[in-house]
Amino acid sequence: MTAETHTYDVVVVGAGGAGLRAAIEAHEQGARVAIVCKSLLGKAHTVMAEGGMAAAMANVWPEDNWRVHFRDTMRGGKMLNQWRMAQIHAQEAPDRVWELEEWGAVFDRTPDGKILQRDFGGHRYARLAHVGDRTGLELIRTLQNRVVAKKLDVFMECTVQRLLTAPDPATGGERVAGVFAYWRETGTFVRFDAPAVVLATGGIGKSWQVTSNSWEYTGDGQALALRAGAALMDMEFVQFHPTGMVWPPSVRGILVTEGVRGDGGVLRNTEGRRFMFDYIPEVFAADTADTEEEADRWYTDKKTARRPPELLPRDEVARAINSEVKAGRGTPHGGVYLDIASRRDPETIRRRLPSMYHQFKELADVDITKEPMEVGPTCHYVMGGIKVDPESQATTLPGLYAAGECAAGLHGSNRLGGNSLSDLVVFGRRAGAGAAAYATALAATDRPAPDETQIAETTARALAPFERAATGGDTENPYQLQSDLQAVMQSLVGIIRTERELTQALKEIGELRQRAERVAVEGHRQYNPGWHLALDLRSMLLVAECVATAALARRESRGGHTRDDYPGTDPVFARINHVVRLRDGAVDLAAEPLPEMPPELTSLFDPPPSDVPPQPADAEKTQTPPETPPVAGTNNERNA
Amino acid sequence: MGYDLAMRVWRGDAEGGELRDFTVEVEEGMVVLDAVHRLQATQANDLAVRWNCKAGKCGSCSAEVNGKPRLMCMTRLNLFAPSETITITPLRTFPVVRDLVTDVAFNYEKAEEVPTFAPGRPTGEDGHHRMQQVDVDRVQEFRKCIECFMCQNVCHVIRDHEDKKRVFAGPRLMIRYAELEMHPLDTNDRRDLLRAEAGIGYCNITKCCTDVCPEHIKITDNGIIPLKERVADASFDPIAALGRRLRPSRAGRSAPRTSQITTSQITTSQIGSADPAGTPSADPAGTPSADPAGTPSADPAGTPSVDPAGTPAGPGLVEP
Repeated sequence: MTAETHTYDVVVVGAGGAGLRAAIEAHEQGARVAIVCKSLLGKAHTVMAEGGMAAAMANVWPEDNWRVHFRDTMRGGKMLNQWRMAQIHAQEAPDRVWELEEWGAVFDRTPDGKILQRDFGGHRYARLAHVGDRTGLELIRTLQNRVVAKKLDVFMECTVQRLLTAPDPATGGERVAGVFAYWRETGTFVRFDAPAVVLATGGIGKSWQVTSNSWEYTGDGQALALRAGAALMDMEFVQFHPTGMVWPPSVRGILVTEGVRGDGGVLRNTEGRRFMFDYIPEVFAADTADTEEEADRWYTDKKTARRPPELLPRDEVARAINSEVKAGRGTPHGGVYLDIASRRDPETIRRRLPSMYHQFKELADVDITKEPMEVGPTCHYVMGGIKVDPESQATTLPGLYAAGECAAGLHGSNRLGGNSLSDLVVFGRRAGAGAAAYATALAATDRPAPDETQIAETTARALAPFERAATGGDTENPYQLQSDLQAVMQSLVGIIRTERELTQALKEIGELRQRAERVAVEGHRQYNPGWHLALDLRSMLLVAECVATAALARRESRGGHTRDDYPGTDPVFARINHVVRLRDGAVDLAAEPLPEMPPELTSLFDPPPSDVPPQPADAEKTQTPPETPPVAGTNNERNA
Repeated sequence: MGYDLAMRVWRGDAEGGELRDFTVEVEEGMVVLDAVHRLQATQANDLAVRWNCKAGKCGSCSAEVNGKPRLMCMTRLNLFAPSETITITPLRTFPVVRDLVTDVAFNYEKAEEVPTFAPGRPTGEDGHHRMQQVDVDRVQEFRKCIECFMCQNVCHVIRDHEDKKRVFAGPRLMIRYAELEMHPLDTNDRRDLLRAEAGIGYCNITKCCTDVCPEHIKITDNGIIPLKERVADASFDPIAALGRRLRPSRAGRSAPRTSQITTSQITTSQIGSADPAGTPSADPAGTPSADPAGTPSADPAGTPSVDPAGTPAGPGLVEP
């Protein structure tokens, strides 16, 4: 059977912020580019991002610069980040924000007409460029319009089933040869021959019950990469955002932006106490206010007041909420109160947080200008992902690149709010450039030819659920399997973990994988969600196993990985990343040492960051940052 | 608190279909999309429905609920009496793909016709743009659009007249034009295109689009009517037309639209065609520009050939 075939230099899988930015860059570098995405253009999960994108533009606080942003990112990730990615990200984020403005984005403004920046957890200065609380929509619409203007080819509602590979004469191993996909609308297959592929498929959160993630977040990119021979890293680190909606049940998990706290909102238990003051960890104590008076003063006086504890990194806040609820001080629906009504006037709340106002009003009958919200942790983001080279975003498989949430390294063990949108555009651009350079350097005679047997195998596997339905017998329903997987991940691989539970989770995931072999779907191939879920399950189950395997191996608590049986950090684990690969179909885990940070960057942490004095107040003229030696490989010294 | 909800859901494809009756167990706090998902998981595994965020942010799950276009994820079941039957049908203006999923390609095709954003030169001493919040408030209102296409669905011009889809872009695209036309930095002039290809004259201001907008964008009052005024100014104001004839070139107008006046006050005299001098000199990505978006096509004659009747002129218009 010959499938519909297209030929490109670079195929980008995913049309969120990272995918669109990668495609634009690859196009500008002269490559022929296709974007293949699971949903309609402009609907990707990026639209859900609310608070803003972090970039040390120093528009609000002239003291800010990339070094401070770098340091905040590393400390937020508990130093497990790939330092070079954190450095590139901090250095290039401002240019990517200004570039979006050049492409039509309309950010909120400062009084002098610059891009306004807002406060967020873990960021020393107000650093998030934003548009109210719908920054992700602004980002994706801007990139979408750019893609339309550039007339790039977009294959919408087209889901990739396999990365095609072919022998690589250069390495003796395999290399990318294209992707094989199906059209949702017709259920027919389509093949893209391309020497370079950028994966920008996002996260994995749909494997948990309480999640802020959409149906698309099934770990497709991570699973495609693994199966093609690439490696994943840091998969044990899953971020539970501290503030998701908890009521009514059908909206449980929907995100409540950190911007609520950045704009003055506070967390209280049912006793009315601002309990975050009871959960300030030692490492952040010097930077965090210890009285309500100081915390409240910080919003207007960052010189003498320290940050409110509500703005600690997300892992700290999520654990604190979890503890309060467990201690019996939670709300009737199992959350805590997030109160901005008593702290800001209704007009300000509606202007700064329009989507939140709307969301609570429509979905929960709560007027957030009059009463507190009920919130609790929700599965939000995976810090781990496909292992990539910091400069080019190349994976360990030649021709394969990855960017955005599906890639690993920037965020270490915990991501700071606002660092995700900037991650998308900084590393999306680099992945696009990397893929274009790789593809265009190949001689015309050296382009890999996809392997027909891979295509035949994938076709047969994808259609098997229909055949099982036809033959009958002992079959499984895909919706039931997904629901069972979500129950396992929620209860056994959630915010707090133990060896016993993780071992149990691996056993149950194994059983689910057996059952998935018997999944059957009714109906036909045209726009059939049951079939699509049956195919997505294969990715979800593999990625779930990787998370549980890595979580079991990390016998310490760090960032987005909390072990009840190993509650502290461990200096041995502080020096390693967990890398997983597939060997003969089995998940194989190895510990790899962290790359060593050069002295000019380690010096930023010595003396400890909290002791670094703020710059002079009349900072209009002090665009010059602290005198630190130039950093090797720096290609953006805008703030320097 | 749960109860049995009676639902009628349209099932079928381009060849035809019918309303089917289902009973689904639902609970307090659920939205219509939850009920559809439960139906899908328990009784109709292959029921086609498009959705993504389930939080009113992506605009994917538009359908007609009891005949009214709604985002299914933002429609609480408690809007209806428990005894009431809820009827769900696909958006009527677009061709059905299957069940509740329609082919919305029309909207994407129309979007390709919109000349892109073309900013003037940055005015800040640091090389970056300056805009006042008061000047971007209106643009930000339009950019709240989540592309649910419900305004397109209720627009009489395209809902009731299939042939008008060729000549009228619809409210969603009018808002896209408005957002660009009122952008303080933009230098393109899309008024002739609005009048001709986009067919703004077909809108007869019934405001049905505004009524259904889930983002509460005042599509007609703040978007379409001001655009109509601008188009009328461009096409039918004899003094402005004479001015355009007499002035050989607007290359001297280097600054982007001033930030001192609100967008609604901008009149014809302040809006010109694209300004070659005002375009960014380099692509911010640092690549040599083979970039049509960044470089307005030079007008060889240097004279905009607009006649008083407003025949499409196009000089200086930046094509996407």
